[in-house]
Amino acid sequence: MTVFFQQLINGLSLGSIYALIALGYTMVYGIIKLINFAHGDIYMLGAYFGFLAITYLHVGFIPAILIAMAGSALVGVVIERIAYKPLRNATRIAALITAIGVSYFLESGTQKIMGTTPRSFPQVLNNEVYMIAGLRITTHQIVIFVTTILLMILLQFIVKRTKIGRAMRAVSTDANAARLMGINVDATISFTFAIGSALAGAAGVLVGIYYSSINPLMGMLPGVKAFIAAVFGGIGIIPGAMFGGFFIGICESIVTGYGGSLFKDAVVYVILIVILVIKPAGLLGKNVKEKV
Amino acid sequence: MSVLKVSDLTRNFGGLCAVNHVNMEIHEQELIGLIGPNGAGKTTLFNLLTGVYEPSSGTIELNVDGKMKSIGGLKPYVITSLGLARTFQNIRLFKNLTVLDNVKIAMHKNIRYGALSGILRLPKYYAEEERVEKESLELLKIVHLDHKKNELAKNMPYGEQRRLEIARALATQPKILFLDEPAAGMNPQETSELTSLIHEIKEKYKITIILIEHDMSLVMNICERIYVLDYGKCIANGTPEEIKNHPRVIEAYLGEEI
Amino acid sequence: MKKLFNRNNLCWLILCFGSYFVLMGLMSAGIINPVYQTVIQTIIVNIILAVSLNLIIGICGQFSLGHAGFMCVGAYCAGIMIKQIGGIEGFVIGILIGMVLNALIALVVAIPTLRLKGDYLAIATLGFGEIIRIIVLNMEITNGAAGLVLPRVVNFTMMYFMMALAILIIVNFGRSAAGRACISIREDEIASEAMGINTTKYKILAFIIGAVIASWAGALYAGNFYIIKPGMFTFNKSIDILVIVVFGGMGSITGSVIAAIVLGLINTFLQNFAGIRMIVYALALILIMIFRPSGLLGTKEFTFSSLFEKLKKKKGAKS
Repeated sequence: MTVFFQQLINGLSLGSIYALIALGYTMVYGIIKLINFAHGDIYMLGAYFGFLAITYLHVGFIPAILIAMAGSALVGVVIERIAYKPLRNATRIAALITAIGVSYFLESGTQKIMGTTPRSFPQVLNNEVYMIAGLRITTHQIVIFVTTILLMILLQFIVKRTKIGRAMRAVSTDANAARLMGINVDATISFTFAIGSALAGAAGVLVGIYYSSINPLMGMLPGVKAFIAAVFGGIGIIPGAMFGGFFIGICESIVTGYGGSLFKDAVVYVILIVILVIKPAGLLGKNVKEKV
Repeated sequence: MSVLKVSDLTRNFGGLCAVNHVNMEIHEQELIGLIGPNGAGKTTLFNLLTGVYEPSSGTIELNVDGKMKSIGGLKPYVITSLGLARTFQNIRLFKNLTVLDNVKIAMHKNIRYGALSGILRLPKYYAEEERVEKESLELLKIVHLDHKKNELAKNMPYGEQRRLEIARALATQPKILFLDEPAAGMNPQETSELTSLIHEIKEKYKITIILIEHDMSLVMNICERIYVLDYGKCIANGTPEEIKNHPRVIEAYLGEEI
Repeated sequence: MKKLFNRNNLCWLILCFGSYFVLMGLMSAGIINPVYQTVIQTIIVNIILAVSLNLIIGICGQFSLGHAGFMCVGAYCAGIMIKQIGGIEGFVIGILIGMVLNALIALVVAIPTLRLKGDYLAIATLGFGEIIRIIVLNMEITNGAAGLVLPRVVNFTMMYFMMALAILIIVNFGRSAAGRACISIREDEIASEAMGINTTKYKILAFIIGAVIASWAGALYAGNFYIIKPGMFTFNKSIDILVIVVFGGMGSITGSVIAAIVLGLINTFLQNFAGIRMIVYALALILIMIFRPSGLLGTKEFTFSSLFEKLKKKKGAKS
């Protein structure tokens, strides 16, 4: 049982990371129905922004994460304006290919500038180990979890309680109607990208602290996992992405803990497929039947 | 002899009863109108009859080779192959395909060669394709679209798209044809052309036609019998004359005061 | 029979054999050096992959991201049989086993997942592709992550004509009644079903044919490139194939062929700029999509009959 609870704790940290990335996926999908394949790379950039801020500006954890969030948000908005906006009326698959192009661009660009070798992430937080009832909990894990929860609360507040949040919900329901009601659709979409990217940037810094190593291709696999998490919870649904992220993170950790690390990805995919077969629109998604 | 028999058909969506214990009996070669205020459940009834929705309760029976067969809840393509075809209220053509291809696709179940003969281009493929093309063109001629066979469906005017939908439905060789608001968006000239087209189709193919329509002059003009739905219930059925003077129908359409 | 041997088909036949003899000649004359021969072989494998995926995505409209998984099965079946039995016999037996196995896998994958729509289908098929890879990675007969080192058992002629056969099968399928049924599913699934088409059956059929043909690509890869490893068949490979299909135009088989050639050549050309290769490739991808979002050919096909018609019109305009 100890293994189980220990892996549950480890899984919460990993799940936090997935959930933060999945939120960006889901928000962008919700608003322009685009699978933003480059989102995993925004997370990678966040890690590098944090790395640069700590190394060259010698800032602490909180300023570093804020800088990373701001940098990622900016990159996200610029990408949206340059690469995705011209394709808003094109087929969704064309937009997806563009996103793949952006992803390759960010990966190879970072490789060119920062080199292909992994960098070790500077330790700005002391990592103390607490043993509680035979379970090992580290400061890093607590920081990751608490930061994630705080960001999620903030996100919920923005989406549910603010004017821009209302605009976001309106645009995702019906962009044309929202435009007719006087909502600035372009600005709202940019804002959505900014928030989604900022969350991914934060995840990048957190993962840098957790694993203390970053590289230009680190966004690929977590990007796909986060996308799976978003689909798992029902893509476009914010609580679904949070839940999906934690669930996938915990599953992975538990499978690893019981010696199945080689199969941990396969288990995630099997669970995903089973869920989709039972609930074709994800766990929290509503299966909307097309009106005939 | 009846071709379609609907007994106690009900469909609920959550708390809403869209179709409420509806009974219908339709005979061979009848031309039936289905009317009712907006939201009365007419299209839902069509969707139940053509298999898009499953009934919550009640039965739908279709005359298949002289025997009544229950078709409630069968898949749409099975129902179509048993001889029910439909058009859609919000036109659902294969927009990016040509007019001819739209009809050819609907002839699917009458094509007698398999995927393998198609891949190997056996003589059967050429013979059948030739027949399909010829028959498709005949159908297009009936709806006066044969001169537009190579045009993309999406580029045609509204009235022509509605006519193409009818041709496409006919290509499935139906015994009963459901037309969902065939005159919607048509001008009086087009509507009168449509009226004669419907007559022509009925005479030529000897089929039963059931149509939903808001254009009362069209309905009263061509339908032999009319069913009236209101709030999911069938409140009246009879000849156009009877329906015109039916108190519940007047109430449903004009409100209680009159 | 008269219909089979018309002017258009004759032109295709000439194009097919003509380009074969030209390539063959250039290779044996040494004008196409071994480096470029490898490029051509890669392009051939990519064409097979792209046209088979195009059947699933472009013609039938089912967004599959698991194509690398089918390629993987084909590659390992051929690879293992080459190891066990050896030579071309092993290859042929392997390719047959791969086709049967892929058809079965496609059926198993298709029945539950093809009920899903759009992105949900994409992620489920991606999952299946990855599951296949992970299984291969953990099996003994496949030699795990290190993969299999193989002798070269196929030659250019075999590769070329298997490619031609793959294209022929998919084009002919697309123009048959079954192909039309698939296209109608892409256009409007509800209307398609209302026209009496068993949509599930045709989706599964397209999926199986696509998967079986993808196994050829895998087998040829194994028989030609000396080494196969599970790491070659990640979802990134599926995405590479998808890029070719979208770039050529979804639903356009000739588009897929042209796109595979163009992208193959761009990639080769960029080898000279190793440092910025991926950056340029990525930018090209973005720009192409922004300026030609429906791909090179859209859903149109290049056909000789339309070419003749155009020429005729030109002539008519002149005189």
